Amino acid sequence: MNFSVLTTQFWSLCIQGIALGFIYVLISLGYTMVYGVLRLINFANSEVVMVGTFATVVAQVAILKNPATSDPLHGTRLVLTLFFALVFSALACGLLGVLVELVAYRRLRALGTNRLASLISAIAVSIVLSEAVRIYTHSAPVTSPRLLEKWSFGEVAGANFRVDTVMIIVSGGIIFFALDRFVNKSRLGKAIRAVSMSEENSKLMGINLNRVVSLTFFIGGLTTGAAAFFYTTVYETTQFNVGFNLGLAAFTAAVLGGIGNLRGAFYGGLFLGVLEQFSSAILGSQWKSVTVFLVLVLVLLIKPSGIFGEAVQQTRT
Amino acid sequence: MLNIRDKGAAIWEKWNRPQRVTFALVLIFFVALLPYAGEFPLTSFLNTPITSYQATLVYPVAMFVLMALGLNIVVGKSGLLDLGYVAFFAIGAYTMGILGTTTGLNTWEILPIGIGLAMLSGLILGLPALRLRGDYLAIVTLGFGEIVRIIALNLKQTGGPNGVVGIPNPPAIFGQKFSLDDHAAYFWVIFLMIMLVIWMVRRFTVRRPGRAWEAIRQDEDVAALMGVNLLVYKLWSFSIGAAIGGAAGVIYASKVMFIAPDMFTFNVSVLILACVVFGGMGNMWGVILGASILAYLPERIRFISNSRQLVFGMVLLVIMNVRPDGLLPRKKREKIKQKEAK
Repeated sequence: MNFSVLTTQFWSLCIQGIALGFIYVLISLGYTMVYGVLRLINFANSEVVMVGTFATVVAQVAILKNPATSDPLHGTRLVLTLFFALVFSALACGLLGVLVELVAYRRLRALGTNRLASLISAIAVSIVLSEAVRIYTHSAPVTSPRLLEKWSFGEVAGANFRVDTVMIIVSGGIIFFALDRFVNKSRLGKAIRAVSMSEENSKLMGINLNRVVSLTFFIGGLTTGAAAFFYTTVYETTQFNVGFNLGLAAFTAAVLGGIGNLRGAFYGGLFLGVLEQFSSAILGSQWKSVTVFLVLVLVLLIKPSGIFGEAVQQTRT
Repeated sequence: MLNIRDKGAAIWEKWNRPQRVTFALVLIFFVALLPYAGEFPLTSFLNTPITSYQATLVYPVAMFVLMALGLNIVVGKSGLLDLGYVAFFAIGAYTMGILGTTTGLNTWEILPIGIGLAMLSGLILGLPALRLRGDYLAIVTLGFGEIVRIIALNLKQTGGPNGVVGIPNPPAIFGQKFSLDDHAAYFWVIFLMIMLVIWMVRRFTVRRPGRAWEAIRQDEDVAALMGVNLLVYKLWSFSIGAAIGGAAGVIYASKVMFIAPDMFTFNVSVLILACVVFGGMGNMWGVILGASILAYLPERIRFISNSRQLVFGMVLLVIMNVRPDGLLPRKKREKIKQKEAK
């Protein structure tokens, strides 16, 4: 127990928590978008994150030829490299999301079977993905080159505004804002919302269900891929099993905020990020997930639908 | 599609009591001989490369069948999605590990304690969690599974990451000795437990709790409207499932003599759930078949050692897509009854 950090590092923990929170927000969008439309936990999303971290490394090392030992880049070249890696990882994950839907969900959805069959099928896909990467990388961690030198903009009230922290918060905010606008204002977004309200009625209104579902998986994959890029940029290393913990935390964040709800994922993710930082500073990082789950249980007891969600239907098996 | 389930059920319904008893006894006889199947030329194809066939039969096969039957009560019978079933297995195993190494109690004395503790933790988790619906329950149970593992990893009493070593084997019972290499004896113990669970579930299914679970599974609101006390019956289902997991844990710890937190990861929960869904949720025979296959397959294909999990994932994916209701889905008794009425 170390409560002194509350006074000495309060703002510093807050800013780190928010940056971590934005990574969670972007991953949990992958869960929450799919849940909103299909009422299914997209279990394979955690492995999509993992593939995204590798896609980032591939973009930086194999495509743009920056070996793992290369010096930090500067100026336009840095911005372009990072932007390319971000787009590459997001697109790779988006396409992977579509592929996962095709392989794991589409046939089962057409048969109209129980939801647990889809769950197991998604779990099977995630086993395949993580095992394939494990075999390819020989279970070894892969480092990404430090292209972004982690200089600081300066300190405000003890909080260190590092460039990667600021980058995550600003671009995470932009991505979330853009997605929120897309879902709430555009025609396709309207179709997504219609399907999430009622599959049958939206079919009757002439919405191409399969296309909307693919689109949902694609968008969920895009944000997840962006999160994977940010993760790799901050931690500079990845492994075949990074997906599990990230996915679990992001899924918790989605439930915390109210799953199936974009803004729920936003507040849930930020709340979880800050909570994780504070609990690891106060109790030690080994108790981080325990604290998170206790808070989750408490929130669900007081408000069973999550902070911003509506009540879910019961599981039909 | 081949319908073994309804054909089998139809034959079973036609039989009279002596025929059924004879069939059950013959079946029990052959299953009890399974540990020696590797030695007969006709069944020697069952032998697993690298790991010993008998060891495979005890863990994972028999152990997974036992746990899948326990989880089937929760997921298959009452429709509660539990993603942290490994927690109860871990609680049973750690009860055995800690009590077995620090007190003089033997396995058979610890077994009821382990079952009791697992049930108690099921109640403690269930009281808040079972008020939640659907996927929220899934995430809370998932979290519980992780919490149990993390606590075991960080407490001094549980040996931290090193786990508990030197757990005693069970003492001899009815002249049957237990040692680390004597796999057949453990198989018979677990087989006995499996038969007990089957008997218990069959009794439950035709009585009040079974009907209440079925009602809850089909529609919670309607069940509540019909006067089913949701929380009570859900708690029953949950803690009976937990008890079976705990019992499996005690036997497991006592057999392998060493436990560590990384044996109780989320993957185990997922595998057991996969056994239930893969075999056919709600149908015990399907679950037994599913668990046997999913536990046995990775060992059988161990010769492709590095990519066996990959192949396992692909097989699971294909079969789930071909038979989404599982290999032997829930029996639809009503159908047979209707045919008879006509």
